[in-house]
Amino acid sequence: MKNNQEKTPLLEVSHLKQYFHAGHGYTVRAVDGVSFRIFPGETYGLVGESGSGKSTIGRSIIRLYDPTEGKIIFRGTDISGRLDRNTNNMLRTEIQMIFQDPMASLNPRKRVEDIIAQGLDIHHLSKSKADRNRRVAEMLERVGLAPEHAERYPHQFSGGQRQRVGIARALIMQPKLIIADECISALDVSIQAQVVNLMKDLQEETGCAYLFIAHDLSMIKYISDRIGVLHLGHLVETGTTAEIFQNPIHPYTRSLLSAIPHPNPRTERTRVAEAYDYRAAGMDYNAGKEQLIDGTHTVLATDEELQRWISAPSLSL
Amino acid sequence: MYTTKNREKVLSINDLSISFDTSSGVVRAIRGVDLTLYKGETLAIVGESGSGKSVTAKAIMGILDKNGCINSGSIEFVYKRKSGDEIKTNLIGMPKKEMRRHINGKRIAMIFQDPMTSLDPTMTIGDQIMEGMQWHYNTPAKEARKRACDLLRLVGIEDVEKRIKNYPHQLSGGMRQRVVIASALACDPEVLICDEPTTALDVTIQAKILELIQDIQKRTGISVIYITHDLGVVAKVADYVSVMYAGKIVEKGTAEEIYFDPRHPYTWGLLSAMPDLDTSDDRLYTIPGSPPNLLRKVTGDAFAPRNRYALKIDDRLEPPMFKISDTHYAATWLLDERAPKVEMPDELRSRIARIQASRQFEKKEELSDEKQSGEDTPA
Repeated sequence: MKNNQEKTPLLEVSHLKQYFHAGHGYTVRAVDGVSFRIFPGETYGLVGESGSGKSTIGRSIIRLYDPTEGKIIFRGTDISGRLDRNTNNMLRTEIQMIFQDPMASLNPRKRVEDIIAQGLDIHHLSKSKADRNRRVAEMLERVGLAPEHAERYPHQFSGGQRQRVGIARALIMQPKLIIADECISALDVSIQAQVVNLMKDLQEETGCAYLFIAHDLSMIKYISDRIGVLHLGHLVETGTTAEIFQNPIHPYTRSLLSAIPHPNPRTERTRVAEAYDYRAAGMDYNAGKEQLIDGTHTVLATDEELQRWISAPSLSL
Repeated sequence: MYTTKNREKVLSINDLSISFDTSSGVVRAIRGVDLTLYKGETLAIVGESGSGKSVTAKAIMGILDKNGCINSGSIEFVYKRKSGDEIKTNLIGMPKKEMRRHINGKRIAMIFQDPMTSLDPTMTIGDQIMEGMQWHYNTPAKEARKRACDLLRLVGIEDVEKRIKNYPHQLSGGMRQRVVIASALACDPEVLICDEPTTALDVTIQAKILELIQDIQKRTGISVIYITHDLGVVAKVADYVSVMYAGKIVEKGTAEEIYFDPRHPYTWGLLSAMPDLDTSDDRLYTIPGSPPNLLRKVTGDAFAPRNRYALKIDDRLEPPMFKISDTHYAATWLLDERAPKVEMPDELRSRIARIQASRQFEKKEELSDEKQSGEDTPA
């Protein structure tokens, strides 16, 4: 995953804007000019608080929304404008999504087999019934479930198992990019670790790229190669995982990092998380521009802000 | 902080067991739980979903679902009347009416997971905070409103006079949870039960809410039961930690004992599964499998099927609580003197060592911190 710079990106998002008209002449600027790239086989983590637009970006890429402005280029094809039949088919097969709530995203009236094979059925990708069954069974085994589970219904599974079904459903299409929208937030800590390990293994096997959306920085550190920090629809800081964690520049990134609880009762009792208030700080994200720190590490800031932030004392984690 | 002298018991649960009648059979959700909460301290109950932590909390409040049945045990609650005499009651078997009149909200208050569903969308937040005071103490409206304002300020809400007329939907998630905390504190309860209060919130807001609970405890001296599935969260607030698994407490001790000297394999698993910012391992440690189905009768140690250190006896006999120190107990046969010596996994050992080392670094910086918490354990 090193030397990404020479590779051609799998997905290139540039100046994506996604506005929603909320009525009464009021517009919600959920995503306001976000640019990033994802390279084949890597994991890009998007973090931010609720309302920062991270899920919206995922849903715009897979075209659950129609982007207001900006370009999304996937494997050399523009997928942000009107889609013709071929582009649409490519988009629907090569990008897949895993959702947050495994109960709400699986149809309770369908058997797991039919849920997993639905993509194959729609795109007529299985040659025969036997072929379909074989691929479903293979997929189930790959995500750590037994082939016998194909006959069951979603309610017969635990939360972690359901999320495995969601992963199987995404993977059976052999996608190049999987958008994982908070796919572990609803799970218990020990189950979260199981699912994250599974996703890492599957990436090694299949070489697919992940857009991993989460609000939990410690989990994202484990899985991501590069991280983008979102706040109020702006990408305030992006870089490799090491760059973000060792040298966080933007005050919002710093507040996110310092909010991670430490498993140390002695120091934790007296530690106070760094606070960040956009309005009180009197900042305007629209005035800032992307400033390169080093390598691939960029921060959204005005020149004056950047000077001030760089001279701030480093964060003790 | 951990001196055993002069500690007043507020709440003690003895051998509580609860089962639920469901269409598919009887679920033994709680199988003999003992807990003690002392005045001014925080007890954290940690466990996976389905381990029975919320059921325990609901039993204390007397708000178990209708199909729930308390098979045995007692919940003793000690409180002071306004006149000053101390009352000791068993909350189990107390009539529901009396419970509502004297305990719920007045002396034991509870904060639920989702702030949106625990607030009434048709009432202003001011009215919701005042409701409890007016109902329990017949506080005059004017006085109650003043106290509501004070409480909102206490939980860190600005512009109180304006906010008090807001409806829940006008507030953000973090604000709503602050309002819930304010209304829970309205009647000056002795015990506050927080059932996963930050699970539905963002990390930054989670940190703020935890700091808030810590701060309120310092100011009011309230006793807190904090329920969570994430051991990482409670290091900040907990004095004592009880780890629950399949309806039983498998390990309990002071926060330091649980974090720095865990003995039960399940606690090892919980601590290792939590990602930590310093480790560079490729893979997260996981506890294999999933929690047992409590519809079936558990024989032996419930954790044995997921335990890589399981012994033969685990299949036959349930381990008793082994005593490690005056405050530290764990239920695993590994602590029996006849058991083979098993140490905690190396990764966990090195992680704990690293955490403790980082603490020595901080010791130089924060000498004041040292005075508060470092008395009983040599570095």
